[in-house]
Amino acid sequence: MYGNLVVRPEDIENWGKKVEQEDPEKLVEFEARIERGEKIEPWDWMPFEYRRQLIRMIEQHAHSEIIGALPEGTWITRAPNFRRKLALMAKVQDEVGHAQLLYSAAETLGKTREQMINDLLSGKSKYSNIFNYPAKTWADTAIIAWLVDAGAIINQTTNSRGSYGPYVRALERICWEESFHLKYGYDSVVYLATGTPRQRAMLQDALNRWWRPIMHFFGPPDTQSVHTEKLVRWKVKLATNDEMRQQFLDMYVPKIWELGLTIPDPNLRKNPETGRWEYSDPDWDEFWRVINGDGPCNKERLAVRRFAEEKGRWVREALRSPQAQYVTPLA
Amino acid sequence: MASLDPRIQRAEPELWQTPNTTLGPLEHWTTYEVFLQKTRGSHAQHVGSLHAPDPEIALILAKEQYTRRSSCVSLWVVPTVCILKTTTEEEGMFQPAVDKTYREPQGYLNTRERLEKYRHRIPSSSC
Repeated sequence: MYGNLVVRPEDIENWGKKVEQEDPEKLVEFEARIERGEKIEPWDWMPFEYRRQLIRMIEQHAHSEIIGALPEGTWITRAPNFRRKLALMAKVQDEVGHAQLLYSAAETLGKTREQMINDLLSGKSKYSNIFNYPAKTWADTAIIAWLVDAGAIINQTTNSRGSYGPYVRALERICWEESFHLKYGYDSVVYLATGTPRQRAMLQDALNRWWRPIMHFFGPPDTQSVHTEKLVRWKVKLATNDEMRQQFLDMYVPKIWELGLTIPDPNLRKNPETGRWEYSDPDWDEFWRVINGDGPCNKERLAVRRFAEEKGRWVREALRSPQAQYVTPLA
Repeated sequence: MASLDPRIQRAEPELWQTPNTTLGPLEHWTTYEVFLQKTRGSHAQHVGSLHAPDPEIALILAKEQYTRRSSCVSLWVVPTVCILKTTTEEEGMFQPAVDKTYREPQGYLNTRERLEKYRHRIPSSSC
């Protein structure tokens, strides 16, 4: 599960300089290859900025999967029945598996897994903001599995049309597994929506809590996001944040309304003239505050990862062969 | 805020006292490439890579990571370091530089035509 790549102004500043320093002949060849719809493989020449942006993007995606397992995992011990417990465990395991696939894809670009984990633990690398919010009730896990995964599928399906071979291949596998998550999530939501008044109320509460983070999920509006013409041309970024948000609203608002749930935004409506959804400002200051570390669960999420790395260290050490040498994975 | 997760509550307060940790090189071991044969009779295909301390564990992890729902009849792991591959620059050598239809079935499409055209040169058969 993952939101969208956030491009900051400072990224663009660095990059203008770097691209000019690239070998112009190789750059032309590289761009022509992408233009023809061919994929780039790890052993190909690529511009420094392409590599850098992809590492950042795939790494953030991997961190999001591994941290994303935590909010839902909160409820494994208290799932309402055995079938739901098994399903939730399978889903959480899938997310951790996705992290493994993505770390491997990012690694083909030259950053080691240990470096990526170090950057996660030190706070240097980000992960999807939405996982810094708590899952307060069982209904929260249902909303996450349905709507957050729906958002993730939109994002990942979009990215799977990208130009970098290892990332595209990992995403194909991931999207396929996510389709189970979506079905499972929708089933859990429908079960509560068709349940007792208390179950319905619990579901509505969860939707109220998660709506804002879900609106944040695809990243800041295009007006606040830097123009990323080069990332688009290189097929690193394939849709803008607002395009994906609109697609999500188109697909899921009717389904939410069908269940008789209220979306906590009185201004949410589709403008019949423009064909676009209009909504209240979902408080982008909060988005930036949380991404910079001040969300309800940021500290806990990182503490859990740190604890896991630290407590697992003796096992990794015991298994390690002294002859092992590091090689970048092939593909 | 106290954690809502009972598993995490059990790890407290030690969880909060864990100092920031830094992983050194190779702490997550080395890399293996994974090949998967989907059905009997098909080729094993490369599906990705993983980290493992030795080939046996690589195989266990490959099963977890690459065969979660799909069926599979055999799984191979190979240390990445053991693989020798061609480079992008060498890609050109796989493109035929000159006309090599002489070694392809498409190079022999006119045989029947010739036979019809020059049939009169063939002496009539005795049987």
